[in-house]
Amino acid sequence: MGDALRDSWVIAMKDLAIEFRTRSAFLSAVVFALLGVVIFFFAWDPTAVTAADLAPGVLWVVFTFSGLLGLHRSFGAEQADRAIDGLLASPVARESIYLGKAMANLIFVIGVQAASIPAIALFYGLPIGSVLAPLCAITLLAAIGLVAVGTLFSAMAVNTRLAELLLPMLSLPFFVPIVIPAAQATAKLLSGRPVGETLPWLKLLLAFDIVFTVGCMLAYPFTLEE
Amino acid sequence: MKATPLSVAAVAAIAITYIRAFFFTPLEAIQGPAQKILYLHAPSAWVAFLAFGLVGLASVLYLWLKDERLDRIAESSAEVGVMFTTIVLVTGPLWGKPIWGTWWTWDARLTLTLFLWFIYLGYIVLRGAVDDRAMRARYSAVLGILGTLLIPFIHLSVYLFRTLHPQPILMKPGAPSLPGEMLATLLLSFGSFTLLYVALLRGRYRYAVERDNAHPPETYDA
Repeated sequence: MGDALRDSWVIAMKDLAIEFRTRSAFLSAVVFALLGVVIFFFAWDPTAVTAADLAPGVLWVVFTFSGLLGLHRSFGAEQADRAIDGLLASPVARESIYLGKAMANLIFVIGVQAASIPAIALFYGLPIGSVLAPLCAITLLAAIGLVAVGTLFSAMAVNTRLAELLLPMLSLPFFVPIVIPAAQATAKLLSGRPVGETLPWLKLLLAFDIVFTVGCMLAYPFTLEE
Repeated sequence: MKATPLSVAAVAAIAITYIRAFFFTPLEAIQGPAQKILYLHAPSAWVAFLAFGLVGLASVLYLWLKDERLDRIAESSAEVGVMFTTIVLVTGPLWGKPIWGTWWTWDARLTLTLFLWFIYLGYIVLRGAVDDRAMRARYSAVLGILGTLLIPFIHLSVYLFRTLHPQPILMKPGAPSLPGEMLATLLLSFGSFTLLYVALLRGRYRYAVERDNAHPPETYDA
């Protein structure tokens, strides 16, 4: 188990090193998220809907779509020169490849979220300071779920003829049981409700994370050529 | 699709169901003729769930046994299931508008049906986007299994969504307590639609076999 985790970490670091040197996907995802926040602002009627009511929706729409940008890159990078063959030929368990990719994607998504949450707080005048810890917990739990499913679908979508189109089409129905609890819990926090009220949602997110991380890890070897 | 004894029987059963529904089943006192949609809506929903259940089962068995026939069953069942889900999603609002006063409400059951439709449309698109036969079968099986795992989560999240935020909705979910005449017609419609499902599944399966025979895979591996 320790070896498998270390292998995953090496793969994750490889992906992050590529990302760190090019910075293309991360920057575009952050800019995309910020643009999303700005566009929602202009589509908003502040006299009809308060900022605290609008913000959870904006936050989770933006996270979902900017997350997809990073996920597509994940296995797309391995397509060039059939780099995936090198990974498969290495003495690393298939499950570790999936887990490594998922870890790198998780760090990517958390990075995008860390950049866009302050932007939303600033642009919409939200006092997030007092709810920062539970907000981070929700965001992290949701990010794990998004990444667990998205990484697997990214591995499948790159090998199909409709790659760019298929990833959102397959992923978004799976994101619904993540986005509903995450947005509801965020709304509770931003409207000043006690943290305890978000617990049913957090449990649902946690259950989703466990079921789909394990499920996708077991399913991943079947998406590889034999 | 060629007429087989099974498909003829299915069409005959459907005809008998509707003759009974329209001419021999009493009108519902409050809803009037609009209620007749029940005999199309409810059995379609039942068949859709049956069909997607079979996709999940065939997918698990495919990954285990690697038998192409199981993949064809999953493929055929998904397509028939999407067709019946479409009927449910079209007839539901048509019924909802006169009875509840709204075309659509985000009730747990409605939302689940909509997302089933999305998941299995994605499944069909995925199948169309992969050329390699073995790979297509494995990919679809993975999606078929994950889709089955997803269903309880969608249901639970939408259900919590509504109970935590009660809203005035006009509908009351739950099975209506039907008088005997209507119940008998409804049960008949369930039976005849199940027969239709099996007939369509067999027809679609045969098509898949003929298609695969016409385009054998280029390499045969052990």
